[in-house]
Amino acid sequence: MSGDVLLRVEGLTRRFDISKPWLNRVVERAQKQYLTANADVSFEIRRGETFALVGESGSGKSTIAKMIVGLLEPSAGRIHFDGHEMDFASGAEMRKLRRRFQMIFQDPFASLNPRWRVGDIIAEPIHTFGLLKGAEVTREVGRLLDLVGLSSADAGKFPHEFSGGQRQRIAIARALSSKPEFIVCDEPTSALDVSVQAQILNLMRDLQDEFGLTYLLISHDLSVVRHMSNRIGVLYLGRLVEVAEARALFTDPQHPYTRMLLDAVPDLALSGRRRRPVTGEIPNPIDPPPGCAFHPRCPLVMDVCRQTLPQPRATASGHASCHAVAAQDALSVD
Amino acid sequence: MTPLLSVRDLIVEFPTRRGTLRALDRVSFDIAEGEVLGMVGESGAGKSLTGAAIIGLLEPPGRIAGGEIWLRGARIDNLPREKMRRIRGRRIGMVFQDPLTSLNPLYTVAQQLIETIRTHMDVSEREARARAVGLLDRVGIPAAARRIDDYPHHFSGGMRQRVVIALALAAEPELVIADEPTTALDVSVQAQIIDVLKEICAERGASVMLITHDMGVIAETADRVAVLYAGRLAEIGPVRDVIQAAEHPYTAGLMGSIPTLTQEAARLTQIPGSMPRLNAIPQGCAFNPRCPRVFDQCRTARPELVARAGARQVACWLYEKEAQNVG
Repeated sequence: MSGDVLLRVEGLTRRFDISKPWLNRVVERAQKQYLTANADVSFEIRRGETFALVGESGSGKSTIAKMIVGLLEPSAGRIHFDGHEMDFASGAEMRKLRRRFQMIFQDPFASLNPRWRVGDIIAEPIHTFGLLKGAEVTREVGRLLDLVGLSSADAGKFPHEFSGGQRQRIAIARALSSKPEFIVCDEPTSALDVSVQAQILNLMRDLQDEFGLTYLLISHDLSVVRHMSNRIGVLYLGRLVEVAEARALFTDPQHPYTRMLLDAVPDLALSGRRRRPVTGEIPNPIDPPPGCAFHPRCPLVMDVCRQTLPQPRATASGHASCHAVAAQDALSVD
Repeated sequence: MTPLLSVRDLIVEFPTRRGTLRALDRVSFDIAEGEVLGMVGESGAGKSLTGAAIIGLLEPPGRIAGGEIWLRGARIDNLPREKMRRIRGRRIGMVFQDPLTSLNPLYTVAQQLIETIRTHMDVSEREARARAVGLLDRVGIPAAARRIDDYPHHFSGGMRQRVVIALALAAEPELVIADEPTTALDVSVQAQIIDVLKEICAERGASVMLITHDMGVIAETADRVAVLYAGRLAEIGPVRDVIQAAEHPYTAGLMGSIPTLTQEAARLTQIPGSMPRLNAIPQGCAFNPRCPRVFDQCRTARPELVARAGARQVACWLYEKEAQNVG
């Protein structure tokens, strides 16, 4: 794995305007209201690695994915892909970059057009980017279908003739058809049964080895993340609370939220490990708690957590944003 | 001792224009007093259907085409609707996957709980309300006495599922059927809900049939686990045995395909293909086209559940053959 950075995200922030309509605001004298889905998110993804983002629903995982592939414009912050800054204003620039990254969505029943034949679905990126022409397209579609474990004869069928797992294979073939370097996988297996999930995860790994792909994997399932990724970022209420190498995150989690998440995973090994009772739920992102957003649920909460936002501090293999971790570090240095 | 619930050779069929589909095919199992039985399988294996058949809520045209269901020694699968209605809720409680659809959005939580309690028990309005507050408090809703007058939409997903559990337990049923109770919830909340369900049922001596596709939840909660495949029981036994040393090749494949937090495998074990559709269940053992240990007999005759060591039963010719060789 080479060390060069393929994707760099700096201070990415996205706010959604969820205000009431203008007239209601005037009548009720209400202010404009915003929901901050992501605040100041920064990370890097190196070429050839799998970087995972984990977090509970509402933590802003999918919003980040959408901004990276250009489906949503960030309210603030920058995205650099292979040294080029993504310029959402310039169509031509974005188009050139877009060929090089693709996305696989969660629900294979919604992400494939039911009125299109599978062959046309897979060929669409080829036509859009003008990569091949005529009979070559058909040959390429056949090759892609073989690659993902379907047969070239399937090109003439419609999506409804396939099971969930097969549809996700079609979505992967479509993502591969523009020969991308980087694929954003937004919960690629959470709509699938475990035995099918294993097939898709294995396929994703094989393709990564074969084509040197870089993945951004978004998932709420920690065991899938553990299995697939090299580095992991943990999101809580739109902010990255910890980034670490996969192994370090699971053996020595730093942030109390990461620890809580790990403790909550049901234990299949039946080791008799008692789960620490987790308290509370993720707060409403419209009105997040002041200071560290995790403080109402945190077992290590201190006064400072209620007032100031913790800044990221370097850990063994990444960084964590937590006052308690910082205080602990200061103690051990003394 | 007679088991609390006994299901014998249950067959559920769906008549369609293109012939009858058999969604459950001779499923038999027992649930003992106070026991938590996990029911696992992939989508379409018939997990939820088993639960629906037991409480008499099969969606037409689905119907029980054979077999018997006994609750504490009395048959309940052939009861008239009115009698079944009195068992449902009173003796068998239910928790469904989506807490938003199982609560009525137009009534407060208090109204729904009090109605349920007074339908099944002869108590006054005031007493029912006191009971309801106690229940909400027990399932971990803070400030229950105040929040009881809120509507379901005032509660978060996890809190709503707690309300549903309170509702299911309102009439002190002997059996609770929980159908994917945590699937719609986040992991951190999921653990809380499983704990509440487990504790409160143990406390009241209610048995639980826990339907889920999540082996992790089963491992932590259930005493025994039943594995369904294409409407048939593949394996049933104590949870530790089945998870750590699965005997049926399907269970073994299923366990191998789950990524875990502790081990770093380069590849997951994968079962080739997918579960057959109901109109194309292969002859013999339903798993035979995907089975790594298939032999001739598997393709012609269906294996029955055979008893194995440690109260386990497996429906696989591998073990029947073994038994014959010994005998």
